Amino acid sequence: MKKIIITLIPLSIFIGLLVLLFMNMGYHNEQVPSPLIGKPVPAFELPLLYEDKTMTEQDFIGEPWLLNVWGSWCPNCLYEHPVVTELANSGLRVVGLNWKDEFTDADTWLKRLGNPYDVVLVDYKGNTAIDFGVYGAPESFLIDGNGVIVHKIIGELTPENVNNEILPRLEQLK
Amino acid sequence: MNPYRSVVMIFLVAISPSLGAIEVYDFKNQQQQELYQELTQELRCLVCQNQNLADSDADLAKDLKDQVASFVINGQDKDTILAYMVQRYGDFVTYNPPLNAGTYFLWFSPFMVLIIGAGVLIFNIRKNKQ
Repeated sequence: MKKIIITLIPLSIFIGLLVLLFMNMGYHNEQVPSPLIGKPVPAFELPLLYEDKTMTEQDFIGEPWLLNVWGSWCPNCLYEHPVVTELANSGLRVVGLNWKDEFTDADTWLKRLGNPYDVVLVDYKGNTAIDFGVYGAPESFLIDGNGVIVHKIIGELTPENVNNEILPRLEQLK
Repeated sequence: MNPYRSVVMIFLVAISPSLGAIEVYDFKNQQQQELYQELTQELRCLVCQNQNLADSDADLAKDLKDQVASFVINGQDKDTILAYMVQRYGDFVTYNPPLNAGTYFLWFSPFMVLIIGAGVLIFNIRKNKQ
């Protein structure tokens, strides 16, 4: 009896591994968890797209806000645009970070689709995006009134992740 | 010219621009050049996640390489530059993950397998001796 159990150990480990691998087969995740969650927003000083001045992270202290990283070159930003607009209309302060874009392209894009952003920060060289650990567009950061990053959505905002991830957290912040 | 040779010629012409496209940074000395190469090989490109920065041509990889190069030229050491990247992108950004609570399994599972294997081996040898 003991012998049978011992010979069965490698087999059961093998089957266990097989099940584990099989279960994870459909689960391919390229999202890298951000180490910035729970940390203060990285310092920045960026020009605005439509005003001749700069803003820093300190200018956003006070109420929760959403930083949405986008570019006119980014196809999925087009896809999430209605969701961003709806979120902005619901009263959340949505700030755009126009990442590695040209003014005319960004301007045309916003004129064509509508501008949902409270203000649009311009990160022409991409340094601020690196400080935020951005590695693709779109990405969105939910930031509380004290300037602490609460949550990050990698990829486009959808009605699902807004309802399941953004709004409940926003509710808690109030 | 036979067809085979012309194909080879076309191939050589086609790959020549990519061979010529090596980034040029004004490193102050050989050590800086080496540190830069070491770092870009150890850091992962987050856009195309199975490539390191050195191999990647993605836009973000270029930005990150510029950033690494400027740190190296300004005399920052390896640990400082790696810490800069890990603070922003997490442990995933390095191909040489640090030892912490999240990576214990990664580091120690091979030893566990070794210990289990040794245990089984010793058990069997003892049993055969009896």
